[in-house]
Amino acid sequence: MKKDEDVYGDHISHQFNEDLAGLKEDFLRMGGMVEQQVVDAIDALIDGDGHRADEIRGRDKQVDRLELEIDEEATRIIARRQPAARDLRLVLSVIKMVADLERIGDEAKKIAKFALSLSEEGKAPRGYVETRHIGNHVSQMLRDSLDAFARLDSEQALRIMKEDKRVDEEYQAATRTLVTFMMEDPRNITRCMSVMWVLRALERVGDHACNIAEHVIFMAKGEDVRHTPMEEAEKVVGR
Amino acid sequence: MNTMNPVIDQDAKVEKAPEPPAGNGINDADLEGRTVGRPFADAPKFSLRDVEVFYGETRAIKRISLDIARNEVIAFIGPSGCGKSTFLRCLNRMNDSIDICRVKGQLQLDGHDIYDPKRDVVELRARVGMVFQKPNPFPKSIYDNVAYGPRIHGLANRKSDLDDIVERSLRGAGLWNEVKDRLDTPGTGLSGGQQQRLCIARAIAVSPEVVLMDEPCSALDPIATARIEELIAELSESYTIIIVTHSMQQAARVSDRTAYFHLGHLVEVNETNKVFTTPQHPLTESYITGRFG
Repeated sequence: MKKDEDVYGDHISHQFNEDLAGLKEDFLRMGGMVEQQVVDAIDALIDGDGHRADEIRGRDKQVDRLELEIDEEATRIIARRQPAARDLRLVLSVIKMVADLERIGDEAKKIAKFALSLSEEGKAPRGYVETRHIGNHVSQMLRDSLDAFARLDSEQALRIMKEDKRVDEEYQAATRTLVTFMMEDPRNITRCMSVMWVLRALERVGDHACNIAEHVIFMAKGEDVRHTPMEEAEKVVGR
Repeated sequence: MNTMNPVIDQDAKVEKAPEPPAGNGINDADLEGRTVGRPFADAPKFSLRDVEVFYGETRAIKRISLDIARNEVIAFIGPSGCGKSTFLRCLNRMNDSIDICRVKGQLQLDGHDIYDPKRDVVELRARVGMVFQKPNPFPKSIYDNVAYGPRIHGLANRKSDLDDIVERSLRGAGLWNEVKDRLDTPGTGLSGGQQQRLCIARAIAVSPEVVLMDEPCSALDPIATARIEELIAELSESYTIIIVTHSMQQAARVSDRTAYFHLGHLVEVNETNKVFTTPQHPLTESYITGRFG
């Protein structure tokens, strides 16, 4: 495969190159921002840091603003350049992937909200190990999916899709643990439920990272692997 | 004497100038006869095999094989000098008028050899009509422009039959309502877009089976272009249409299949939807995304 800068950067029109480079750059900037939001939200939860949780909720506005900016940029490119083939796939994918990033931002905000309430109520007795573990796992997935996007690496994207299964398993195992704990002592229920919601949010982050990975495969290979069995995706990537 | 040599050498170099490289590190040999995509069809209108066209010593078309299906709209695209117009003109022997031009290979229309020496070229061109880049109405009335073909082919015995053909053709070309009250005025007095539609009316007046269009909209404004494109969609119900265009958006809008030509090779033929979203050949991709070096 050609190097990334060649893939979108060798148009006759210099301006077109810059438009696409700008779009990619802004997408990655937004990706970096939400990734940080997720990491910070997990830290705030585990450290019981309400102040930090508050900051995270405030920063979500920046994420939303960036989403609008990128959508506008993409619309402008379509209107002015009528992109085709891989350029078209890039623009279309970015439009869809920013929605995933925005949702990840929302999940981070949700986690921050629970971090805030838990810091006020006192720590939840259980589930933090699982939260830390799943949190690390999904933020790594998100990082990898952005990296796969930057390098148009469909093999890495495929690995992320496979990772998502493991996150789902970990999520289910963690849920079972928390349910057991709630049954043991009903006084834990409220706080355990908060942790459950956090885990649920993290699991969703993994799903969105997986969506981004699917789009990366579409960008690189021109075939849509959403809603197709894993074997099909493997075949597409192997081509 | 020695001082003369460099001059002679230079001349020799010019004559032996190698063919330009195909770009993207792809050689001529990688392209010859290696069309990717779907070049063939069942029961085609045109069956073209190993077609080569020479202008003197220059090989302008390099062993192209392609089928053109009945009632399909196929667009030929490619950079200037890639051979798309030359190839188009083979289909109704318009190249015959060029002395140094030779055509090799099997070219069949409905299973019959187009280049059969016994073939009546006038009859061929009645079946395979053509619309050119620049509207070229005859310096006659609108009526006579359309009636000319049917008259010389003896398609109408009575005036009323001819009137019918003229009306039907002008309606078919989407021009009737604009000109019905001034059929006796000169065709050259119409606007560019109207003239082009008049030429289309003239082409379909002799009930052809195929209409070849060589950049039919390049001299027209966007509205006239949109009208012609709309017309192409309507005509495709009754005719096979082959259109050469420099506008990739136009190819994307009007055609069922798109064929990409490059330096005399047919690089890729596929459904238009496929060509513009996921082209198979890197040269096609470079061209349609505006990367051509």
